[in-house]
Amino acid sequence: MRAINIRPGRGTALVLGLLPFAALAVAYLAGSALRLAENPSDKLLPALTTLAASIDLLAFTPDRRTGDYLLWADTAASLTRLAWGLGIAASLALVLGLLAGVLPVMRALLAPFVAFVSMVPPLALLPILFIVMGLGETSKIALIVIGITPILIRDLMLTATALPREMIVKAETLSASSWLIALRVVLPQVMPRLIDSLRLQIGPAFLFLIAAEAISSDAGLGYRIFLVRRYLAMEVIFPYVAWITLLAVLLDLALSSLRRRMFPWAEVGR
Amino acid sequence: MTMIRLARMTLPALLLAATGLSATEARAETRTDFKVAWSIYVGWMPWGHAAETGIVDRWADRYGLTIEVTQFNDYVESINQYTAGAYDAVTLTNMDALSIPAAGGVDTTAVIVGDFSAGNDAVILKDAESLEEIRGRSVNLVEYSVSHYLLARALESVDLSERDVSVVNTADPDMVGAFQTPGVTAMVTWNPMVAEIAALPDANIVFQSGQIPGEIIDLMAASTAALEENPDFGKALAGIWYETAALMVSDTPEGAAARAAMGAASGTDQAGFEAQLAATRLFDDPADAVAFVTSPDLAGTMDRVRGFLFDKGLLGPVAASADIVGIELPGGVILGDPGNVMLRFTDRFMRMAAEGAL
Repeated sequence: MRAINIRPGRGTALVLGLLPFAALAVAYLAGSALRLAENPSDKLLPALTTLAASIDLLAFTPDRRTGDYLLWADTAASLTRLAWGLGIAASLALVLGLLAGVLPVMRALLAPFVAFVSMVPPLALLPILFIVMGLGETSKIALIVIGITPILIRDLMLTATALPREMIVKAETLSASSWLIALRVVLPQVMPRLIDSLRLQIGPAFLFLIAAEAISSDAGLGYRIFLVRRYLAMEVIFPYVAWITLLAVLLDLALSSLRRRMFPWAEVGR
Repeated sequence: MTMIRLARMTLPALLLAATGLSATEARAETRTDFKVAWSIYVGWMPWGHAAETGIVDRWADRYGLTIEVTQFNDYVESINQYTAGAYDAVTLTNMDALSIPAAGGVDTTAVIVGDFSAGNDAVILKDAESLEEIRGRSVNLVEYSVSHYLLARALESVDLSERDVSVVNTADPDMVGAFQTPGVTAMVTWNPMVAEIAALPDANIVFQSGQIPGEIIDLMAASTAALEENPDFGKALAGIWYETAALMVSDTPEGAAARAAMGAASGTDQAGFEAQLAATRLFDDPADAVAFVTSPDLAGTMDRVRGFLFDKGLLGPVAASADIVGIELPGGVILGDPGNVMLRFTDRFMRMAAEGAL
């Protein structure tokens, strides 16, 4: 039998899927045990008990100084920034992407510029953003928006222009105006794609968020990681990284289910 | 199956190798190869200069050693690398020595007390003349650094506490730019940023490290284990430091050339470097350093520093008191837990230099 035809059963697939996670856990535990045997105060690969104690302290014990629960305060601060960033980026992308997708004149105006801007490395703009917009929330949100909007616009534009021409012509023969065609023919068909694009941009959005928080902040997930990095406090960094990953996965699932619920007809043929 | 077994066996090894942290290092009978990390700061520039001009190699050869000196662009990264075991010695402050390697269980000895800050660190306010006006402002600083300690000491001096201000963590390369944005009205940072910010029209220095002399100490610290394996490493470090420091302060064309070179290497020029040097109490004479480290004041300083670190939760989440990490001072006095001494101040190598016994 050829290798390409060997298909794992349900159980085998589950085991195979879990294997890399298990290998990572074993590698971590072995490495941690080795290092802790040599130096019990080692900070690099803390023991599970240390991690648990640290998570308890971060998530379930009020901070001695501020009385806040650090993990929740940080999560709230970061998710607020992320929500603003994603929200503004998605709205901008929807308006501009739709305009450029529907109207050839707008496409001629916007497409080259957006293509150009999308190539600017956003992190290189960070020092400029901080000078122009100050160190507050605005510059952090702006970085996320600048980082992901051009890609969202381009993607929407491509989706809109890839709609079957016949569909537009048909709407025209039914005497629909440009406005109506944009609203009733194109918009419903690009919305599911916008949500999918947004899902793909969650990773970059987190990247920009954490980069901005690392430079100047007083709360946030990235802020905490870069703050305790100074003290090699891996017992804080590991749980935060895991938490950020989990948040991103949940956000992805939430958007995916939103798309399915709002546009069930778009699931046909997926 | 073989693939799985292979993966099981190699993954841990790969993970360890990837982090570059093999737990067990093969050790020769007497080690002769040592690695030193340093970062840019006025009081540490001699290390870079010594490496460039061959002073390091000369002293290493004298003791039959190989000493590799590496410059880090990121101070914290250099300490983290030392703490992880990749380097045998590192330049750092007394506070960071206690909170990073010592609290991380790496027994560390301060081989050389190079200088203390006497103006290199400062609290700067915008459009305000007195420190009291800091009340209610947001203060931009590198949290948990010596700047944070300086702020705590400054607030204490006018009967305020950290509750009266709010602290915003800000990366040190962005300080100068940040001060020029409208939202920033108070800042604590160190040189060369202090000099640049103080030159701005609306900036006023309202408190500086010269007002708490001897509390922010810059060290060359080595792992106690490395020094035990081969004490010649400590001697070589002392030899390198005092030869270079003497050159650095000498009023000769060679001295001026050295200061110009160190200035250029730290992104300024000879005049800028000499201005920073003026805000530094450099211990170029080993006898002064011995007197400083053996003075009873050091115990008071370290007690304050560990109190600050404990208060900020930096001696570990499980620390019940500031006593958790023991600090040994010259003469055998121990602050904190004698069973867990992880930071040691010694006059051993500096005294040898003072007595010409290197």
